[in-house]
Order: sequence, then structure tokens, then C-alpha cells
Amino acid sequence: MEWFTLTIDGRQVSVLKGTTVLEACRMNDIPIPTLCHDPELTPAGACRLCVVQIEGMRNLPPSCVTQVAQGMVVETQNPKVRSARKTILELLLANHPLDCMTCQKMGNCSLAEYAYEYGATGELYKGEQRDLPVDDGNPFILRDQNKCISCGKCIKACTEIQGKSILDFSFRGFDTQVGPAFNLPYHESACDFCGSCVSVCPVGALVEKKMIGKGRAWEVTKVQTTCPFCGVGCNFDLNVNDGKVIGVTSNPNAPVNGKALCVKGRFGMDMIYSPNRLTTPLIRKDGVLVPASWDEALDLVATKLGEIKKDYGPNSIAALSCAHCTNEENYLMQKFMRAVIGTNNIDHCART
Amino acid sequence: MAENQRILVCAGTGCASSGANKLISALEAEIKLQGLEETVSIVGTGCQGFCEKGPTIVIEKHQVLYTSVTVDDIAEIVASDIIKDERVERLLLIDQVTQKPVAKLSEIRFFAKQKRIVLQNCGIIDPQKIEEYTDRKGYLALQKALKEMSPDEVLEEVKKSGLRGRGGAGFPTGLKWGFCRGAAGDKKYVICNADEGDPGAFMDRSVLEGDPHSVIEGMLIGAYAIGADEGYVYCRAEYPMAIKHLEIAIGQAEEAGYLGKNILGSGFNFNLNVFAGAGAFVCGEETALMASIEGKRGMPRVRPPFPAVKGLWGKPTNINNVETWSNIPHILRNGSEWYAQMGTEKSKGTKIFALTGKVNNTGLVEVPMGTTLREIIFDIGGGVQNGKAFKAVQIGGPSGGCMPEEMLDTSVDYDSLAKAGAMVGSGGLVIMDETTCMVDIARFFLSFTTKESCGKCTPCREGTKRMYEILDRITKGEGKIEDIDTLENLAHAIKETSLCGLGQTAPNPILATIKYFRHEFEAHIIDHKCPAHACSALLSYSIDAEKCKGCGLCAKNCPTTCITGEKKKPYVIKEDDCIKCGTCIDKCKFDAVIRA
Repeated sequence: MEWFTLTIDGRQVSVLKGTTVLEACRMNDIPIPTLCHDPELTPAGACRLCVVQIEGMRNLPPSCVTQVAQGMVVETQNPKVRSARKTILELLLANHPLDCMTCQKMGNCSLAEYAYEYGATGELYKGEQRDLPVDDGNPFILRDQNKCISCGKCIKACTEIQGKSILDFSFRGFDTQVGPAFNLPYHESACDFCGSCVSVCPVGALVEKKMIGKGRAWEVTKVQTTCPFCGVGCNFDLNVNDGKVIGVTSNPNAPVNGKALCVKGRFGMDMIYSPNRLTTPLIRKDGVLVPASWDEALDLVATKLGEIKKDYGPNSIAALSCAHCTNEENYLMQKFMRAVIGTNNIDHCART
Repeated sequence: MAENQRILVCAGTGCASSGANKLISALEAEIKLQGLEETVSIVGTGCQGFCEKGPTIVIEKHQVLYTSVTVDDIAEIVASDIIKDERVERLLLIDQVTQKPVAKLSEIRFFAKQKRIVLQNCGIIDPQKIEEYTDRKGYLALQKALKEMSPDEVLEEVKKSGLRGRGGAGFPTGLKWGFCRGAAGDKKYVICNADEGDPGAFMDRSVLEGDPHSVIEGMLIGAYAIGADEGYVYCRAEYPMAIKHLEIAIGQAEEAGYLGKNILGSGFNFNLNVFAGAGAFVCGEETALMASIEGKRGMPRVRPPFPAVKGLWGKPTNINNVETWSNIPHILRNGSEWYAQMGTEKSKGTKIFALTGKVNNTGLVEVPMGTTLREIIFDIGGGVQNGKAFKAVQIGGPSGGCMPEEMLDTSVDYDSLAKAGAMVGSGGLVIMDETTCMVDIARFFLSFTTKESCGKCTPCREGTKRMYEILDRITKGEGKIEDIDTLENLAHAIKETSLCGLGQTAPNPILATIKYFRHEFEAHIIDHKCPAHACSALLSYSIDAEKCKGCGLCAKNCPTTCITGEKKKPYVIKEDDCIKCGTCIDKCKFDAVIRA
């Protein structure tokens, strides 16, 4: 392992060869603004907000794709660098609706955060703005291309994390758009609604539709939990406002899944408040399902299974267990069938 | 009486579009009619260079150039020049200075100061016949390389020649080859960048159309030196003739054993493919070009890794443009010392320029590096059209700059032009006269780069658009004085932060015009006047009552009804309704309409 020592804003830091300038800065708590960078995705070097000045290099190189070199001298906050970053923010804001008051992303928007830090208003380069239709045709994701900053992270998340490659750039220059092939809305494309694109969007171009109007970023408490939908054990953050779960967002530190989730985990948690949800065992009495206690229900099942086994033999009983259960629960189920009932009639819904 | 001889008809794109193919048919018919088909052959050549006077014909034996030839002239040319050995004087070029016809090609000023190395076959051989190329020492350089030299010796020879990339940036070619040769990998590619897209540029097109084998031979030699066994020519689809000639040439070279396996028994293998681009200017940028060949969206990526290390399909790749490749056979055949004698200390050899705009001799020009702009524009180009005053020359296309009169003695080489705030670029030279508005020109180039930006990085995608909008406002008289500062600041930020060469150079036309023509910006903004009378929104038309004879021609032709008056009394233009089309000024026979 080779270590390089470089100077960043007058501070000497040592990092491993192959580290980018951005990583070197972040390891040493030197803030660098980024919009298109994500440690889980391949670097694009597209937004150019992370530019720094490096002695001996022409122009202002983007720190996210510039690798450190021995003796490199980097300046991250000098007036030239800050002015270039402000220009980039001004350019982005000039083509971005300033409806932050009603934008679901407010409080969690990287563009707004940096605009505030750099004092960019969007006034300087006012001119033509996009006026594209909002993609509202699906129940999960609201896609407002007018807010898109073309950072390309959603494209990479779809391709590199999810392996679906539904999204890409279309058109050129100022008319560049991001979306499914042939400019189809999400619901007409092959999108699975895993929402990986939403999880990486730094602005309000892609938001969780069901969370709109249900709470501001600062009102929400994030509660890390394990998804109950299947046995994979994905972690995510339940977004809780006023004691109520309003939705789910990725937790980048989730050990099993990172930011990736499936449609059920990310968008299915409204089942918590579904009126159809069973909250107690039900026993059919005289043709009507009647609420019962767990003891009562389990006793009934045990008695019935015992009787059937006695009268018709163990192979007259079969069990189908569910993907909602964990691996351990599924193991117990087959153990129960084989050891207690005495049959191999055990199957699982995920196998079909 | 006629003996064995050739009539060379320019069939390059320019002359072809003004009827060269009909001339060839007419010539063939006439030669047959006169019973001369045994001794006289008609050759459709690539660009002869003198596009302004096309279609052109050269009688090879006497080195005579006939200009602006039509089908009706053919019988006379054959009867007089071929049969009687007498020149058709009325079709000869009239010398601008002496006003006399010029009989010899070498005495034409347009050609006299040129040094044709890369273009030496262009306009002389039939590009669709390999034997015409081999008759003029074609593929001898390849034979020399394969039979007498090691790849390292070839590399060394190119390094010593001092050849620098002709695509615009001027990177030393030998050094570039060396990077790729030194890169680890069992599969390597060479690519010819023929995605020539600068407005007004047609150098690479002419070389591919007129002498495709020279490019193939250059690529073969490069591939041998680098260790590549496969190549691509990425040619824009807008050049169908170039693609056709190239494909014919590749087929002939394969048949002749110059392409394929075990070339000339040397054990060296090389296959060459042609790839037609899909029309994006940015695909001239090497990483975008490779993405395009791979079937991806033509967008540049961050370098490093450089193509020499990780290029096409992830393999080490060397990219040069058409003119660069085309220089290689000459260097190998004549030696690096011969080559290094031409040009300046740091810019060796010659450079081809496409001379266009308000210049008398529009055409294709090859001059030694170090020639001044003045020599190119005035001695070769014959100066500005219609006796108008020279204002500026745009060099380097949308990435270059506009140079004013006082910069005309700048030597055309990589370093002098860079110092002057322009660049050699790929070789477009657009001449502008006093009627050209420099703000409008900057606006034109920005409209081009705005459309051609790929949209990947923020400064180029959003910034070119905003610069264009500001320029557009200024040309409409809606500019503010602070716009000049805003433009300059934005231009510098875009140059410093853009991802690829397109964005990094897109602001150059603005910075150069502000530097040299600031007064024109100020006139638009402060006085609401366009000094060149080119920006229609800033023009006002009126009628000089003293000069007006009251003929009514202006009113009759006015597409609106803004000119009123009675016969034989001065007419009046009602400015509110005027659409500033200029019809009245064109129609008035008494110079009574004033445009201000």
C-alpha cells in the first residue's frame, strides 16, 4: 500500500494511492459540495460542483474524479473556486422552478442547501425554462422533469444497482431529459418501481408520491427497521411524523441492502394502516369469522391437526409457508411438519 | 493531334454539386465522338481546391486550369485544347492584379504560395482507383515500414518529424503513439477521427474523398508502430462520398494485400472498418467518439483513463484525425528530416485550411506552418469579396477566435495562435468583411455550440444557452451594459469547469470578439446601433426626401404597407410597421433609402 501526502487548504493529509481528491477531503472533514457524486455509483464528473484548484493543473478539475498524487497542493475554498461553484449553481437555478415552498424535497434538497451556502438566487442568468409534463401516471413516484438537474444518478442507480437500465438521457444540450426509452411515462415502461432512482435524486425531480403533503423533512423522525415483507432482511428508515408512518426512505448504512429496496419494501408500508389488515386471529363460527385470542386459535389448530393426523395419517396434511417469514421461521415450519406432523408435505410461496 | 493524356475533372463535393458529373459524361461523349477514347482519358478527381471557380477542369499535359466550366464549353475545350493544342482563353482564370488570363496552373496566385504535401494527390488522381495511388508512390511507405523498419523505428521517425495532431489541439503525434504502444494489452485499436463538424470546414472531407488510400496507409503504419490489429474510421454520415470512396479503397487495399492478414508477408495483420456517425458534433471528441462506436450515447467521459490506456471497448486505442494520418506516409517515405524542414520550430509540416466566407477564392489551401494569416487570406485567398474592407477572420471553428486586421501578421502555428487567443483548430478559416456584425457572429457560434452540447456537464449544458440568450438580447438592442461583464465571467467559468473540449472552448468566440470588438458590443447596448448594419432589429429605414424621385418602386415592392406617398413626391416610411426586410433599399434606383 502506497500512501500519498498532499496539502489541502494548507493542511497536510495522507491518503492511500488511488483515493480521489474528494474522498481525501471528506475523510478529513473538508466539505466539498457534490450533486452527481454517490459513493455507490461509478463517477460521472458531470455536475462540476466539486471543482477545486490544484497547483499545476489547467482549469478547475472536479475533485470527484481526480486522483490524489504525491505532493499535490489543493485549494477547495479560494475565491476562484467558490465563484465557479456559484456560477454553476446559478446556472442550475436559472432552469429550475423555485417553488421550494410547496416542494416535497424542501429541507432535504442538495440544490437548495448549496444555493443557500453560496448565495445563489437563480436571478443572474434568467431566461428560457423547461416546461415539461409531470409524470404522474403511477401510484409511487412523482417525476417532475422540470426540477431535474441532469446529474444522472437515477440512471446509474437503475443500471448499476438495480440492473434494469430503464433510464437514460435523451435529447441534447439544454433540451437534455432523463427518462425511459421513447420518453414513456414510468408506468408504461418496464420499470419495477424499486425506487432506487428516488433514493439518489438530490432534488425534487423524483419524490415518493405518497409522502407528499404528509410532513416536511425536519418534522420527520427516521426510524431504522427491518423490512417485514420477506426474509432478506433489508433495512430502511420508516419516516414517522406525529406518531404515524408516512413512508419509507433508504438508509445508506443498511448492512444487507444499502440504498436498494424493492417496490414492496419502499412503497408498500401503507399496509400498516390498511383497514383490511388482520390484527387478531379469526375463527369461523357458524359461517362467520369471529375474532379470537391467540390461545383459542392455536388450541383449535392443534386439536384439528391432531385429529386429521390420527384419522387420515400424516401425509393428509400439507403446509405452505410464506415469504413474509424469516429464514429461521421457515426452518421451524419445515421442522414442525417433518418432526411433529411427520410428513414431507412442506412448500414455500417463493418457490412457485 | 492528341496524344495520350488525361483530363482531370474536379468531382469533389463542391464541384459535384455545381454539375461536375454532367461535365464528365459530356466529356466522355465528346471524346468518343471525336474518336479520341484511345488516347484521352477522363478522370473524376477529388477536390482540386479552387472551389470558388468550380466546376474546374485541369488539362494535365499543359497544366491548364479551366474554371466555371459548363456542359456547353465541353465541345470547345476538346476541339481547341485537346485537338488543336490551343487554350480556351475565355475559360482561363483572370488574374486579379494583372487582369489577364493565366494559362499555367503554377502561375495562379491561389496555388503559387501553397505547399501541397497531404493534398498532393487530391485533384490529380482518381480516388476510386488504387493503381493511381500506387503509381504515385502509394503504399511504398508501408512497404518501407514493414520490410525495413521495426515498430520502434517507425515510432522514432514520427517523433523526430515533429508532427502534431491536426485535429486542433496539436498534441505531438509520436508521443501519443508511444503512450498507446507502451500500454499493456494484447488487443489495441487505431481510430481515424473523420467527424469533421466545424462550420465552414471541409479539409478532412476533401482528403477522404480525393485521396482515401493516404489515410489508410497512414493508419496501417500507425497500427504497425503501435501494435494494433484493428482500426475504425469514424466518418460523419453527412459525408456520403467520403464514406463511399473509403469503402471502395478499403476493398481494393484488401484485395491488393495491404489490409488483412499477413500484410506483404510481414506477419502484420490489420483490419479496417468504417463507422458512420449519427450527426452529433460532440462525437469529434475522442471519448464521445468511442462511446458512439460502442453503440452508446455520444457523450464524453472523464479522462483519465486516457484512450491510450483504456479506449474503445476498454482496450488501448490511438485516435488521430484524417489529416494527421494522411501526413504519415509522406514522413516515412521522405524521412523525418525532410518533414521537419517545413514549418516553424515547434509546428512542423503543412496545414490544410478551408477558406470560406467573404473571401474571393473560397477553397482548399495547404500551406507550410508559419505562413501568416495575411498571406493566406490576401495572397492565396485573393482578399475580400466585392472590394469590401476586411474585418476579421474566424479561425478554429466554434472553438476558436475572431482575429482582427491588426492580428493578420500572426504566424499560423499552434503556439502563436494560442498566444493570440485563437487556435489552429481543425482548419476552418471564415473571412468576415465590414458588413459582418461581430456580436451576431458570436451569437451564431453560440447557437451552434448550444445545439451541439451533449448536455452532460452543467456549465456547457446550461451556460452555453445563457451566453446565447445574452448575445441574442444584445443583437436585438435589449442588452444592458453589465451584460458584457456577465458574459465574460460566465465564459471564464464555463472554460474552467466544463468536462470536455466542447465546453472548454465554446466561450472562445465570445471572449475573442469582446477582446477585439468591444466597441461593437457597446454600440449595440448603449447606442442601440449595429455598426455593420447586420442586426435587423437595430436598423431603421428612412427616405431621403431630396434624393427621392417619387417613382413609387419602394412602395410597390414593400411586403407590408409601411411606405406611402404620391407619385413624383418624396415617399415616407412609417417605421412602426416596417419589418426591416431591406427590399426598399434594394429596389431604389436613386439611393434614396437610408439604412441607419
